[in-house]
Amino acid sequence: MTVPALAIQNLTKSYDGKPAVNDISFAIQPGEIFGLLGPNGAGKSTTINMIGGVTRIDSGNIEIFGHDNRREYRTTRSTVGVMHQEIVIDNFFTIDQALKFHAGYYGVRDDPAWRNILIERLGLSEHLHKVMIKLSGGLKRRFMIAKALIHKPRLLILDEPTAGVDVELRLTLWDFVREINRQGTTILLTTHYLEEAQQMCGRIAIMNHGNLIALEETTALLQRLGTQSVLARLAMPLEHLPAALHEYHAELTESGTQINLVLSPGQTSGDLLHTLCQLGLELVDLETRRASLEEVFLQITRQAGSSGGETP
Amino acid sequence: MKPVPERPFISWLPFYTLLQKEIRRFLRVASQTLVTPVITASLYLFIFGATLGERINVVEGFSYAQFVIPGLILMGIINNSFSNVASSLFMSRYLGNIVDLMVTPITPAQFILAYTLAAMIRGLAVGLIVWLISTLFAPLPWAHPFSALLMAALASFLFAQFGIIAAIYANNFDALAMYTNFIILPLIYLGGVFYPISILPPVWSGLSHLNPLFYLIDGFRHALLGTGDLSFATSFCVGLAMASGLFAWAALLIGKSYRLRN
Repeated sequence: MTVPALAIQNLTKSYDGKPAVNDISFAIQPGEIFGLLGPNGAGKSTTINMIGGVTRIDSGNIEIFGHDNRREYRTTRSTVGVMHQEIVIDNFFTIDQALKFHAGYYGVRDDPAWRNILIERLGLSEHLHKVMIKLSGGLKRRFMIAKALIHKPRLLILDEPTAGVDVELRLTLWDFVREINRQGTTILLTTHYLEEAQQMCGRIAIMNHGNLIALEETTALLQRLGTQSVLARLAMPLEHLPAALHEYHAELTESGTQINLVLSPGQTSGDLLHTLCQLGLELVDLETRRASLEEVFLQITRQAGSSGGETP
Repeated sequence: MKPVPERPFISWLPFYTLLQKEIRRFLRVASQTLVTPVITASLYLFIFGATLGERINVVEGFSYAQFVIPGLILMGIINNSFSNVASSLFMSRYLGNIVDLMVTPITPAQFILAYTLAAMIRGLAVGLIVWLISTLFAPLPWAHPFSALLMAALASFLFAQFGIIAAIYANNFDALAMYTNFIILPLIYLGGVFYPISILPPVWSGLSHLNPLFYLIDGFRHALLGTGDLSFATSFCVGLAMASGLFAWAALLIGKSYRLRN
């Protein structure tokens, strides 16, 4: 049996008696790109900080490639690279110096070849000898990604890596992340850009109020919970919506020639087509669109919010 | 992208890297960390060595300049050992980049040792330069050179530990400055840098014996001049006990990652 890249069991953390992470468990297999999503204050960063060792664990266990991250912290920390959400840099040094230092902190000798790959791929070449304080916000983020990767970690944790960065860097970053993932690095990422998570992650966990409220393959999650919207274009305008379409949350456009409909989980487009034909509506075109992760995310977190956020 | 070969984990490298970084940090701002303290000490040397010193005689057989130089050297060592670690560690906490170390495999022992050694190197470097400049004003007999180096290293170590403790407990820059302005400076000035404790009235002399800095300054002066208010062994033992106590305190704080991890 493969040892998980990351195994979290019954992890709990409270601040002043208020739970930040509430008894969560999940595992990530080697080679995965795994998304940890949730609204602000859901407990994602606290979870990541406990994995990385910045935050103490109240109870529960974290194993990284089979090693306990408290008892065997030297082993686990040398295999993990963390890019924190907040920009944390040492203003005294240049990018080049800081990257060399970071390799050393992780107990590995500086590897100029790997360092150069990171510098080149992240567009840092022109800024190598600038001190950190003179870098723009985007460059600081690029540097932080390089810093997290300098010791070639087996598990890379990216906490909101694209927050506040331009489109170009976002694309560059995701290309690079996919590439290092193909070479065997397991990725755990959080992002507020759910479209990115949808494109990048094989599996997604959703946290809310410290609880794990969903954990599934991205496609399964979208299929199970995702609604589908349908746009029906009619040959002849309608004056009123037929009552039979109310169960599809139908809305008639002003011209009367288009109907927007929503297929909830359990309803199929076949059923809808059948109903439309039974009503004698003459269709010119039928356009369907599956709900995005963003819509699913909102649906799940709202449900969990109204039910108090139960762990599945 | 070509696959990058795995690199072996080297256990001592995190320590060595942090030490190297800390040394390069203070060298990068050498005008503040080395030049300024040397100028301050040189001004003291000029005032007490070349001007007022000619008119003062406090210890039989030695000029006032010779008396005051060991204290000024030690003052440089103490101040700079303390402020090196206190400012660096506090800034890392304040700016949040301490997490860069918290996620690495560095051990608490390596963490303390690296910060301590870097602080000692800066403190002793300042002490060395002050001594070199002092030779322009008065030669020192170097009665017990090994003991002098031992005492200088002990004082430097002790104040590096104090710097770690201050950096952990300080909540802001004002609090950090208070350690220097309200603890270290008064203790140095009242610890016998500029006068022998033995010339004070009995009450003040007795109170001065409660000042931990007195033992370090007197021990260092004893080693350099061959005479002091106390025996070298007494001063060294008191200094060693204080250094051990502060080291245990600093080790406890770092071992528990107090105020470093939440």
